Amino acid sequence: MLGPPLLAFAIVYLASLVALFISSFWAVDPFTTEIVRHWNLDNYRTIFQSSAYRTIALRTIGIAAAVTLTDAVLAFPFAYFMARIARPRSRAVLFVLVLLPLWSSYLVRVYIWRLILNENGVLNWTLRKLGLPAAHLAYSNWAVWLTFSYVWLPFMILPVYGALERIPESLVEASRDLGAKSFQTFRRVVLPLALPGVVAGSIFTFALTLGDYVTPMLAGGSSSQFIGNVVYGSVGIANNVPFAAAFAAIPLAVMAVYLLIARRMGAFEAM
Amino acid sequence: MATQAPAREGSEAAPGSPAVRLKGIRRTYGDVVAIAGLDLDIAEGEFFTLLGPSGSGKTTTLRVIAGFERPDAGSVELAGVDVTHAAPSERDVNTVFQDYALFPHMTVQENVEYGLRVKGVGRRERRMKANEVLERVRLPQVGARRPVQLSGGQRQRVALARAIVNRPTVLLLDEPLGALDLKLRQEMQVFLKALQQDLGITFVYVTHDQEEALTMSDRMAVFNEGRIEQVGSPADVYEHPETEFVAGFVGVSNVLERGGRRFTIRPEKIHMIEGIGGDGETGVIRDVVYVGMVTRYIVDLHSGGELVVVRQNLETSSREVLEAKGKRVRLEWRPEHTYEIDKEENR
Repeated sequence: MLGPPLLAFAIVYLASLVALFISSFWAVDPFTTEIVRHWNLDNYRTIFQSSAYRTIALRTIGIAAAVTLTDAVLAFPFAYFMARIARPRSRAVLFVLVLLPLWSSYLVRVYIWRLILNENGVLNWTLRKLGLPAAHLAYSNWAVWLTFSYVWLPFMILPVYGALERIPESLVEASRDLGAKSFQTFRRVVLPLALPGVVAGSIFTFALTLGDYVTPMLAGGSSSQFIGNVVYGSVGIANNVPFAAAFAAIPLAVMAVYLLIARRMGAFEAM
Repeated sequence: MATQAPAREGSEAAPGSPAVRLKGIRRTYGDVVAIAGLDLDIAEGEFFTLLGPSGSGKTTTLRVIAGFERPDAGSVELAGVDVTHAAPSERDVNTVFQDYALFPHMTVQENVEYGLRVKGVGRRERRMKANEVLERVRLPQVGARRPVQLSGGQRQRVALARAIVNRPTVLLLDEPLGALDLKLRQEMQVFLKALQQDLGITFVYVTHDQEEALTMSDRMAVFNEGRIEQVGSPADVYEHPETEFVAGFVGVSNVLERGGRRFTIRPEKIHMIEGIGGDGETGVIRDVVYVGMVTRYIVDLHSGGELVVVRQNLETSSREVLEAKGKRVRLEWRPEHTYEIDKEENR
């Protein structure tokens, strides 16, 4: 039963990844810009030896981690309220509110944050009205972090909501019955059982941030380049596909490590 | 195993006050009345059963005692202390849940130790007490396993161990045997009864199974539509049902109307004699149901109404009993085996 879909998946998806991986060991002739198919590790060497590329890779991973953490912290109370406190009707309203941003274009949402964070944007206008000093967040890593955190938040809220909603009420009652205070019940029963949902959400937020190049370009500018921007430049401008492939392999490797850790933590047992 | 007197820490019981006292409890959900005014005293060390069909308010009553439900009116006292407004964690009761509610992310050992752990009991003492109760419920080897790795019967006993390790004044059991098969259920009935006597803890036991209630309880309350119809010992309730509902729900009963008054008579108390003549009711056997150990006869009475008669198949074969259909019979019983029901004071 699983055969044909698995085969299609293998050909369409994995084969292209393998092709990417293989081409990362090739080179480009600097004069003809033709791809030269002789095996070498030059692309990887360049990435690891150049401090500029190292900074970009670390920035990408660092911001992806920060966005994931931010979304987890923001999403948990929200999802908790939705799943365990809100009445059915307000739950439905909250669902729409969570999903509403996803119905608008991703670009629109990124541009909105540019409008908010601009020197003369909504944020500084408000700060000025309140008599506070202006914030210089536009075109910085801060802007990238804020924009990403906003854009991917629904992808964290939904799995956390799912996990919280699945916790049987009787477990919470059993905990209270056995003498646990609200905080103890939360820490020892609710949180551990919701953790797989948080990890599932973090896979989304982390992977989506890791692979993005539009937000860093529009919200961050040239000082906030991501791996994706280098890949984009290498293919579109320098026409160096092998180098782009090598750099693109880094988020893949990071994700693979992350998924292994997540599996260790039992994140997939509840799926 | 040495029987030791249960330690009742934390219960400053006024001597003589009942383990549980419910006064004027009322609980509604919107328009639905779950408990419509209920008074009940449960004595210390008693095995007390709340019996009734689903939706009769027995589980809600249990949840009111545990503290999961706040009554709209009335008060809850545990060992003489008013706990109406106390959180479940502040009450010296523990619950065995119908679905067991074992924590899936913890081992059996961690589940059993949970109550002690949240109260700050040290690791060694926890371990010792948990091992002791796991042994008591005859599960000494499963401590390291997760609940999913256990059978239904084992999970049930872990849930029991998790509750009694805290030595509560009152143990609440919400249809704990409902999910088990008949044989295991009967074994557990005997085990629970022995455990209760051994521990000396008050058990409040919810069930819809009248046989379970009759076999295990010291006393029982029969629930119907949010009210208690009758409280008494199993023998009392079975032999002296005060209302038609109790007569019908606890065991099989016949209701007979004679001279504007209604009486009940248990099928096994009726003596059936073939032929006519003499005292008692006469009638015709309309139907015969052979059920192995006994046979049920449904008799249409000449003076109106019908009675079910049960007879043990002591010396009769199945063929013989089936041939009884259509025969004219006379029914006799001792006058003390009939009880007038639905008298003024019962309604």
